[in-house]
Amino acid sequence: MKVPPALRQWTGALALGLALALPSGDALARKKDKDKEAVAETPYPSTYKPYPGRPTALVGATVYDGRGGRIDNGTLLFENGKLVAVGGSDLAVPDGYTRIDAAGKFVTPGVIDAHSHLGDYPSPSVDALADGNEATSPTTPEVWAEHSVWPQDPGFTRALTNGGVTSLMVLPGSANLMGGRSVTLKNVPSLTVQGMKFPGAPYSLKMACGENPKRVYGSKGQKPSTRMGNFAVDRQTWLDAKKYAKDEERDRDLANETLVGVLDGDILVQNHCYRADEMALVIDMAKEMGYKVAAFHHAVEAYKIGDLLKQNDICAAVWADWYGFKMEAYDAIPENAALLQKQGVCVIIHSDSANGIQRLNQEAAKAQADGRRIGIDIPDAEVVSWFTYNPAKAMGVADRTGSLETGKMADVVLWNGNPLSVYTRPEKVWIDGALMYDALDPKRRPVSDFELGQPGEGDVK
Amino acid sequence: MKRLSTVAAALAGVAALGLPSLASAQDFAITNATLAIGDGSAPIEGGTVVVRGGKVIAAGAGVTVPAGVEAIDGSGKWVTPGIFATYTDLGLFDVQEVSESDDRGSDQAPFNAALDVAPAINPANEHIAVSREGGVTRASVTPFNGNSIFAGQGALIDLGADPEAVTKARAFQVVALGEGGAKLAGGSRVAAHVALRNALREARDVAAMAQGADRQSDAMLTRADAAALGPVIAGTQPLYVEVERAADIRSVLSLKREFPKLDLVLVGASEGWLVANEIAAAGVPVIATALNDLPAQFDRIAATQSNVGRMKLAGVKVAIGMLANDNQPRYAPQEAGNLVALNKIPGASGLSWGEALAAITSIPAEISGMDGRNGHMRAGVLAPGAVGDVVVWDGDPLELSSAPLEVWIDGVKQPLDNHQSRLKERYKDLDRTSLPKAYDW
Repeated sequence: MKVPPALRQWTGALALGLALALPSGDALARKKDKDKEAVAETPYPSTYKPYPGRPTALVGATVYDGRGGRIDNGTLLFENGKLVAVGGSDLAVPDGYTRIDAAGKFVTPGVIDAHSHLGDYPSPSVDALADGNEATSPTTPEVWAEHSVWPQDPGFTRALTNGGVTSLMVLPGSANLMGGRSVTLKNVPSLTVQGMKFPGAPYSLKMACGENPKRVYGSKGQKPSTRMGNFAVDRQTWLDAKKYAKDEERDRDLANETLVGVLDGDILVQNHCYRADEMALVIDMAKEMGYKVAAFHHAVEAYKIGDLLKQNDICAAVWADWYGFKMEAYDAIPENAALLQKQGVCVIIHSDSANGIQRLNQEAAKAQADGRRIGIDIPDAEVVSWFTYNPAKAMGVADRTGSLETGKMADVVLWNGNPLSVYTRPEKVWIDGALMYDALDPKRRPVSDFELGQPGEGDVK
Repeated sequence: MKRLSTVAAALAGVAALGLPSLASAQDFAITNATLAIGDGSAPIEGGTVVVRGGKVIAAGAGVTVPAGVEAIDGSGKWVTPGIFATYTDLGLFDVQEVSESDDRGSDQAPFNAALDVAPAINPANEHIAVSREGGVTRASVTPFNGNSIFAGQGALIDLGADPEAVTKARAFQVVALGEGGAKLAGGSRVAAHVALRNALREARDVAAMAQGADRQSDAMLTRADAAALGPVIAGTQPLYVEVERAADIRSVLSLKREFPKLDLVLVGASEGWLVANEIAAAGVPVIATALNDLPAQFDRIAATQSNVGRMKLAGVKVAIGMLANDNQPRYAPQEAGNLVALNKIPGASGLSWGEALAAITSIPAEISGMDGRNGHMRAGVLAPGAVGDVVVWDGDPLELSSAPLEVWIDGVKQPLDNHQSRLKERYKDLDRTSLPKAYDW
């Protein structure tokens, strides 16, 4: 933003004045810096590096750019892991580019799931590998999902090959009101979770309202056992975190570091919350405490309060048509996503499932069709944003991935038909410009250590 | 629902209260549609189906509509038999996590094989209504295992909006082997096989006993459970065996050496493709999950979406089913469509479009015994003599964009509204200025 000189002077003077006028200002600023450090500090840093790719041109496909744009007979160029150009048939293919004839096929950004437990609840789903819920205390903001991720989970490869998933956010589960920090991953095979970590992605705090926390702890005879208990524990925990933030003599406290990160706006909030009335209460709690909810997940009743979500700039991450599995899902309707889109809400189709993550495109297509039947006609190109750009936005990585725009990561799916058709599969998937899956090449199909030497190794899945 | 005249509104109110409707079978024909018979054949352009007295009397190209039968123009539409959803939990629960509403499993009950889901099925259940809106007209309903490898006896139902849901009670017995059965039997597959054989032997003994005679003192099954397994031993009631691993499947197939009359159906069979030839040779049909491709347990390490296609290639009769829990019956067409998509992937085995539709219509009906033989009803197919279960779709029924426009069951046109559709109407707009939404109905 360009700031007029006069205004710049004024703001500069104000900042200086504040620093001088308030004796504690310096200390406050230092403490604030310390908080930032704690949040930004990356004791388990990303070691992810894009795999080698070659300059590639996809020519002739229908391109959905992830932000509502559609180019027929489009050309997509990428090189050195980045998108170089996205254009029409008039876009020239430079020398040295591998040209892929994509006529009759479709290109989208890599698919992104904003709600996954892959790695934390991996396959095989045995107790020894169930690491997704630290269900020992109603609030555990101190735990980090990345410390549970098993990179060998075969689910990652299925999400890649059947779902075209290039990035995903792994969240701790919903047993707790505050479940811990999420981790955002690039969907590449890796020995370590650090090798999958999306460079520079912000952390999110997973929160849950409603039935789960009250059931898990109520059944242990402890707080919370009711929805009012949920809020009481949440609010007190936030108040304690605010007190911690002001304490200059404090020792490091992992739980409060996460919460202060949220209050400072460095950590996003992903809030599992089904019911309209509860989402409204959570919005008020966020205002009371001074933080912002990035997205409500499993927001099955979001359609009842689309206006409120729009007004507060909160995304709704939903399933297409899950129904009736728990009391707070009894009012789920398949028109949810379409009604939200009509209200102007940022809509995300999420999975929360090792199976569902393989078909986010199909789920979006169903939700689109259910909208069309009640007169809400959402173009295919906009529906594609439900599983590309919008989840990237809620995860805080939309400046780097989620759409096909020059300079962004070359996370690309080439589909062998319209991605909103049941008859379509990913044909090729690139992550940062590296070809990580090719349906036509059995050797471009990752096999996790777990599957090696076992029945079905390297099979189509 | 639209505002109706006073009389119509009063009638709608009656329907909403769940009172028996006065609807009866109508004679009708749908002409000029893209007609899919459900028997595995490809769809027919410009096809006609005629339903009279609740039964299909003709279906195909060049079928003439008899005089006096209402003809409905099906131009631009697709017509199929109703979906036959096999191995569902329809009508047995309202909300899965509300245990009071859930009649699927009975883990505190003293009875197991004797359990019979039929009297518990609620025809007014929302999941039945939601599934009906999705084109599901019939289903098999299975109990879930409680504290025994025997889950009890499942039923065949239709999804008509009337008080009579059950068309056949005690249609099959369910036993879990594999990992699930091992846990229930005391901790191992070894225990599960002893439990199974002991139960079948006790059933054989009870069946052979004179009326009122005393059983041996070391009998482990309740008399009710042993008696319930009599038809299983006699082969008059199919035994559905939940099993996933190739080795477990072989063990199940070998049961017939000891109990030759068993009428086996494999349920699950994620590794069925590894032993497809053996399953085919045994003539045992399979109910499988189409999209199961994760090594979710150690008994399905080789799971792949090509499982159904490969078993079909080997000559196994395979239905897409296990449409319970989160895998709802109305997802059956999507699952079938996904198997068609596999045909474009080198190394994968899919189904043709016709085979895919058959896997959710005629084949599950046949496996359930609704194949028209021996005087039984015939379902899942638009063939003369079959039940008049017809669905008109706004497009290719396996495609994600399509949905049913009209559904008939036994020739009776069905209402397609439910709790969800009413919510949709109420919240189409968010205007709350004049009165709360509670007055908008």
